[in-house]
Amino acid sequence: MTAPSDAERRAAEEKRLRTVWATPKGWRYLSAVNNTEVGVWYGGTAFVFMLFAGCLALLVRAQLAVPENDLVSADLYNQTFTLHGTVMMFLFAVPIFEAVAIYLLPAMLGAREMPFPRLGAFGFWSFFLGGIFVCGSIFFGAAPSAGWFMYPPLATDEEFTGIGADIWLLGLSFIEVASIAAAVEIIVGVMKCRAPGMRINLMPLFAWYLLIVAGMILFAFPPLIAGDLLFEMQRMFDWPFFDAERGGDPLLWQHLFWIFGHPEVYIIFLPSIAILAMIVPTFSGRPIVGYSWIVLAAVGTGFLSFGLWVHHMFATGLPQISLAFFSAASEAVAIPTGVQIFVFLATMLAGRVTRSTPMLFGTGGVAIFVIGGLTGVMVALAPFDWQAHDTYFVVAHLHYVLAGGMLFPVVAGIYYWWPLVSGRMLSDRVGRIAFWTMFAGFNLAFFPMHLAGLWGMPRRVFVYPAEAGLGLVNLLSSIGAAIFAAGVLVVVFDVLRPKRGAVAPDNPWNAGTLEWAAQADETWGLRSIPRIESRYPVWEQPDLVAELRAGNGYLPDAEEGRREALITSVLDAAPEQVLRVAGPSWLPLASAITLGGVFIALTFHWWLTTLVFAVLFPIPLLTWIWTGTAEIPEKPAKPIGRGETLPLYVSGQSAVGWWGMFITMTGDATAFASLVFGYFFYWTITPDLAAGHEGPGPLWPMLATALVLLAWAATVAARSWNRGGAPGLARLALIAGAAFSLCGAAAGLAGPWAAGLDPTAHVYPATVWVIVIWTVAHVAVGLVMQIYCVARGVAGRLTPAHDADLRNTTLYFHFLAATAIVAFAVVGLFPLAL
Amino acid sequence: MFHLLPREIESLWTLFTAPVIWAAHFLLCYVAAAFACARGIDLALVRLGVAGATAVALGGIVVAGMLAWRQWGFGSGDPPHDEPTRKERLLFQGFATLLLCGLSFAAVVFEALPAVFLADCRP
Ligand code: HEM
Ligand SMILES: [Cu+2]
Repeated sequence: MTAPSDAERRAAEEKRLRTVWATPKGWRYLSAVNNTEVGVWYGGTAFVFMLFAGCLALLVRAQLAVPENDLVSADLYNQTFTLHGTVMMFLFAVPIFEAVAIYLLPAMLGAREMPFPRLGAFGFWSFFLGGIFVCGSIFFGAAPSAGWFMYPPLATDEEFTGIGADIWLLGLSFIEVASIAAAVEIIVGVMKCRAPGMRINLMPLFAWYLLIVAGMILFAFPPLIAGDLLFEMQRMFDWPFFDAERGGDPLLWQHLFWIFGHPEVYIIFLPSIAILAMIVPTFSGRPIVGYSWIVLAAVGTGFLSFGLWVHHMFATGLPQISLAFFSAASEAVAIPTGVQIFVFLATMLAGRVTRSTPMLFGTGGVAIFVIGGLTGVMVALAPFDWQAHDTYFVVAHLHYVLAGGMLFPVVAGIYYWWPLVSGRMLSDRVGRIAFWTMFAGFNLAFFPMHLAGLWGMPRRVFVYPAEAGLGLVNLLSSIGAAIFAAGVLVVVFDVLRPKRGAVAPDNPWNAGTLEWAAQADETWGLRSIPRIESRYPVWEQPDLVAELRAGNGYLPDAEEGRREALITSVLDAAPEQVLRVAGPSWLPLASAITLGGVFIALTFHWWLTTLVFAVLFPIPLLTWIWTGTAEIPEKPAKPIGRGETLPLYVSGQSAVGWWGMFITMTGDATAFASLVFGYFFYWTITPDLAAGHEGPGPLWPMLATALVLLAWAATVAARSWNRGGAPGLARLALIAGAAFSLCGAAAGLAGPWAAGLDPTAHVYPATVWVIVIWTVAHVAVGLVMQIYCVARGVAGRLTPAHDADLRNTTLYFHFLAATAIVAFAVVGLFPLAL
Repeated sequence: MFHLLPREIESLWTLFTAPVIWAAHFLLCYVAAAFACARGIDLALVRLGVAGATAVALGGIVVAGMLAWRQWGFGSGDPPHDEPTRKERLLFQGFATLLLCGLSFAAVVFEALPAVFLADCRP
């Protein structure tokens, strides 16, 4: 037998890779999970939502163009601006960054795929369904109408807000699930899926930013989810969390909303700056000046942005000293923000700048953002804010920062990466026209709003009297808005127009980062995975692209017909494992539809339908987990090329599944902490928290704690017995653990139940119930996981050497044990200490 | 004196030490003031507490900064630290951590100022 020639071997490899990574055809296309497909769907959908919200904005501006206009009714006006803000923030700004991240991260990190492709697809479908549901409501006159931050008591009032508020709460909760899914995906992707050798000092800045942003999502979204839960319990079952008459407090919502809401604006801003951090070096023709300073800025902003939330509540009558803490942090955050901008300037000055459309949008965006940042620093001073709050000045501020800090950079990114996405160039000329139209239109639309605000025009009014002298500035704003919209349409035109001739050359901008080594016409991402030795590998490792395309890198083949990715260590990106990642599947879509069914049916109080979907949802979910995770490979290890061999199965701390669980539970713990925060918030404002209501007493809560701890101990024991080669004993322990969980859950509920706590009577029983129910629901999930591990063992999918499921379950139980201790101590013991 | 410092830890998380100290200090100040004002406790106590917490936080940040300085080789090498070696990666971590210590130090000082200037709970 003669050995196949090099060329033949390569052709065979490429054929296998192509088959393995092929995108499903026809209607099966929707079962795709690959990051390049899901990323494009994600981005496209978010962009369509943006255009929709833009139309709503034009309606708002049309109504305000002249004094005392009667184009739309007050109610429709309320729905219009509420939906505009909601859609822009939740359905465009956050998802577009998730889209860009899912699409680009693997390529930039030199990975073939994100670690959990099906989770990414599930996130997309949740976002898609939830988004259509929320947007569609306005066509039935049922859209939310209380403003994008939904303040009670207005928004808790069933009569004023109708079903719109429920659509907001449930639709967005569903979408928040998608954001957290994306955060998990991004954190694990950046930490564990980098190409070998890409140490953290060589990571593209985009990845640094996204790591920070995903971390912020993990701490910012859960408080909102907790808030949504309280809010919906009040609307649906009359639990008085925000009803001052029964001990509640509307301010708690403002806290929870803005603990989310302020970091949210940076969650939007940082990824866009990340786009600029990729574009600026390319067009300056040199590496970024001050890489470490950017890391400083990203991490610093990420943290400080959590100390700002009360600057949205300056006018609520809190003590001045409280306001001052937040004012101080709001001024401090300007430091890292300034650093990033100076780093860009320095890079441009040190290099030779090529003019181009992406740079135009980038620098134009920064200029706009700086104006918004300055007004931000102004309104962050409480005395100034007392004048400007709830006026058009704030509207001007937020649009300057959002457009300059998000929209313009995103368009820059579209112009920059479009050749990579589609293999075609966008037109430089059209781009220039679009930029100047948008830039002029934007400033004409929003600059006059500063004046309108200072002259006293409140935001969210649907008419203003002619005598107020606000006619001219408003008319200018409306004209500017129309021009701005025209500019956006030019971009849309440029993207959609047929581009026959304009085939993009490889790496058209002569960029230095790894995503440009990918080929637009292949689905495998990278032909083979390179070893990285610099920050700008395409510039600094001259043979790299040719070598990896020749298949001389790692994983150049797919012998077993499986999609594979490399897992590497956190700090130095030393190869650790070959991960088999999932291929096309309908399960994410089925899971999203059934989960969406639960949320949508709840909105309309269709209890039976809710129940049906709630029963259906676990079916695709469990099938997915059963068939798609912790699979035992046919051999323990495989060669990855260049003479190296890696294991195919890893469990515990270096496994991506473990990290996924850890990160999810961190977010979960934050939501729980927000509920506990609620409890102590009520106690702070009314020392006599219980107000004469009976508590659950210490007995049942302590019993519940003991039982949950036993369930935890049994799980931990099961893990070590299984490891030690006694899987039968481990299974017995798990069964005992499951029994403890069941009893623990029952004992937990028994406390408030036996004491006859009526959650509608007062906020105290309501809070106790909500904390207990949260904990018990988590115990129930733990119970399912214990039984799942038993079943896996019986089915031969969990063995002493392959124990990922059990490791992850144990990790879950660590978090559960902590939750139970805190929860039951708070509801059972804390009242005794009073 | 630097042999007094503990052994070097090699982890991603050390990067976040100083900002975490800032966050803890921030929360403590805010919660203490909010609680005192809600319950009519004398603000003088809170201001004293803030002073103490600030001293502790700044001390912690300085220690973290010293560790970072050591990790950065006591400033022996200049950025950009972009070589593909473990040593350069450590230098990068040290330098970035040191910068964050600087920022956190300033931010903690910012956070303490309200307690210097405000002596009561007026809304
Ligand atoms: C130095 C940085 C910033 C400071 C100090 C700052 C300060 C403020 C303050 C004090 C308010 C509340 C005004 C009021 O309602 O009376 C506000 C509102 C707002 N800011 Fe900023 N801001 C900054 C940066 C940003 C950035 C980067 C974004 C987004 C990318 C942003 C988005 C918003 C939004 C959306 C609102 C309005 C929320 C609403 O009331 O609907 N801000 N900002
Ligand atoms: Cu804010």
